[in-house]
Amino acid sequence: MDILAQAEGTGRTLTMVLFLLTVAITIGITIWGHRYTRTATDFHSGGRGFSAWQNGFAIASDYMSAASFLGIAGTIALFGYDGFLYSIGFLVAWLVALLLVAEMLRNTGRFTMADVLSFRMRQRPVRTAAAVSTLSVSIFYLLAQMVGAGALIALLLGIKEGQTFLGMDAETAKIVGIVFVGLIMTLYVALGGMKGNTWVQIFQACILVGGAAVLTVMVLGQYGFNVSELLGDAAAASGQAGFLEPGLRYGVEVPGDAVQTMWNKLDLLSLGIALVLGTAGLPHVLIRFYTVPDARIARKSINWGIGLIGAFYLMTLVLGFGAAAIVGVEAITAQNPAGNTAAPQLAEVVGGDVGGSTLGAVMLAIIASAAFAAILSTVSGLVIASSSSLAHDLYNSVIKRGKATERQEVGVAKLASIGIGIVAIVLAIFAQNLNVAFLVGLAFAVAASANLPTLLLSLFWKRFNTNGALWGIYGGLIASLTLVVFSPVFSGAETSLLGEGVDIAWFPMSNPGLVSIPLGLVCAVVGTLTSDESRTDRFQTLQVRALTGAGSERAVDH
Amino acid sequence: MATPTRDGPPPEVTDEQLAAKYDDPRFTELKRSLFRFIVPATFGFLAWYLLYVLLSAYARDFMGTVLFGHINVALVLGLGQFLSTFAIAWGYSRYAARHYDPKATELHDAIHYGEDN
Repeated sequence: MDILAQAEGTGRTLTMVLFLLTVAITIGITIWGHRYTRTATDFHSGGRGFSAWQNGFAIASDYMSAASFLGIAGTIALFGYDGFLYSIGFLVAWLVALLLVAEMLRNTGRFTMADVLSFRMRQRPVRTAAAVSTLSVSIFYLLAQMVGAGALIALLLGIKEGQTFLGMDAETAKIVGIVFVGLIMTLYVALGGMKGNTWVQIFQACILVGGAAVLTVMVLGQYGFNVSELLGDAAAASGQAGFLEPGLRYGVEVPGDAVQTMWNKLDLLSLGIALVLGTAGLPHVLIRFYTVPDARIARKSINWGIGLIGAFYLMTLVLGFGAAAIVGVEAITAQNPAGNTAAPQLAEVVGGDVGGSTLGAVMLAIIASAAFAAILSTVSGLVIASSSSLAHDLYNSVIKRGKATERQEVGVAKLASIGIGIVAIVLAIFAQNLNVAFLVGLAFAVAASANLPTLLLSLFWKRFNTNGALWGIYGGLIASLTLVVFSPVFSGAETSLLGEGVDIAWFPMSNPGLVSIPLGLVCAVVGTLTSDESRTDRFQTLQVRALTGAGSERAVDH
Repeated sequence: MATPTRDGPPPEVTDEQLAAKYDDPRFTELKRSLFRFIVPATFGFLAWYLLYVLLSAYARDFMGTVLFGHINVALVLGLGQFLSTFAIAWGYSRYAARHYDPKATELHDAIHYGEDN
């Protein structure tokens, strides 16, 4: 049964209208934000005047990507429990940010992650390293989102092989989708800076959470709000044993192959660890803590974020199992083998059950818009993080040795956002038919291996020095990259980036975290101990500033 | 004590003024009251999360044990991770507001406005 094709006429039109409406509203917000973006603090940190709930919504918006909405719902719909495992790692990770990083980072830094890493080190080498790592993480993540976005737009518009819509076939629609997403995100950032983009993200979080909430209530309503019954139906409809237990997707047990089983299970551990330690090292997440007036508001904003993200993942659990029970695995995989359309398909069927085909089309349009909002808000956050790092770390601190004016720095940041937008569009078009889903895992692995250890050692270890920071960042980065290049996600398997034909995979796990995170930490420690540099005075300044907030950056008034 | 941002930005401080407070007993106490919460909380939630991941990988029969209806141990432990995350976040905010923030504000003002303020 081809569900999306059934409601082609009204469904597509409604989806397009709602999508264009949200884009129009967000561009309106961006233009408004443009009027308030003058100084570097405005561009990088939105003036530091956001309240706890505002930043909390923006945090949630930054974090909840299409991968964590459509991806997790789809994984649950096809593989059951294991999709839930992913969302648990994503959520628990926020405790690392809350307890160990956010407040001290807010008090110590100004605009970027590198501000904290270089605080008591030699500026130029450490800032360069931090910028390299920031750009790597952000570009990997961005690329994964953009390629996904192209495919998603073709899918959500219901364009299949051999069909056309507005004169586009599926391949053209993918490219148009990538270019469109790339242009919009660049516009948000280049024009609105952090201020405009934060309000856009707040708006997008409302669409995403609101849309998911309406659908969740409708699904639960069909089961008289009896979750157990929903789970039973999902398990029965899936036709798979152990659908409600871990093991169908991650840590798969291969009968008769004890070695492969062992690696699969270690791979699951590796994934779990990278998820929980990666979040607090993602540059686009870290720079959000600079947008609030002080450390206390940063703390409260994370609590808002945890509440929203947690509630959202609980809803995706219902949506995933709901799709398995109500839409069925066959209908889902017929649309998209990875299950990415499970949630929109569910919206159409459940809406149709409740209020006929019109409501079905409306629900489909709402969930599709929510998915677009999830993509746009995440990619724009990534563009801000990378352009801030290019302008503030590389241009001003490294090239100009801190002597650039604010105007110059903001100008470079805007140009950088346009440059990154163009690079992301071109790379995404080249990669559009490759399996780049692993790039999200790679971004988390680099964040957990290169960024988090050096960040924590900077804040807490007195002896830590320039050499240690450089070894830690480059060590963690190179370890993650190397292991992924020689892993099965890159070559040697049917689902690899390079396909089955090329086989250079000697590292047996898809997620490098289990090896690269300890390696990054060891590099940082060994690098520190092999250098005599030790600046106790700077450490004392850093800790007093980080813990009391004295001397920290203030909010600006307009 | 007045919130320093209320009447315009507080006076600037130098890095030396900040570093000078490092050996102040009040700063040692401030650090201790922060670490008293975040160290056990961090080890606690990481251990509990790791246990959950290990059970998911190596104790699948246990995870599949049905408790009632279609609700099994895996689902309850997973929801438990959500609950513990909410609880730790809430508990930390409560603890910090009571035992940390007042001390931090006191030191912040002492640094910016001088000891007699």
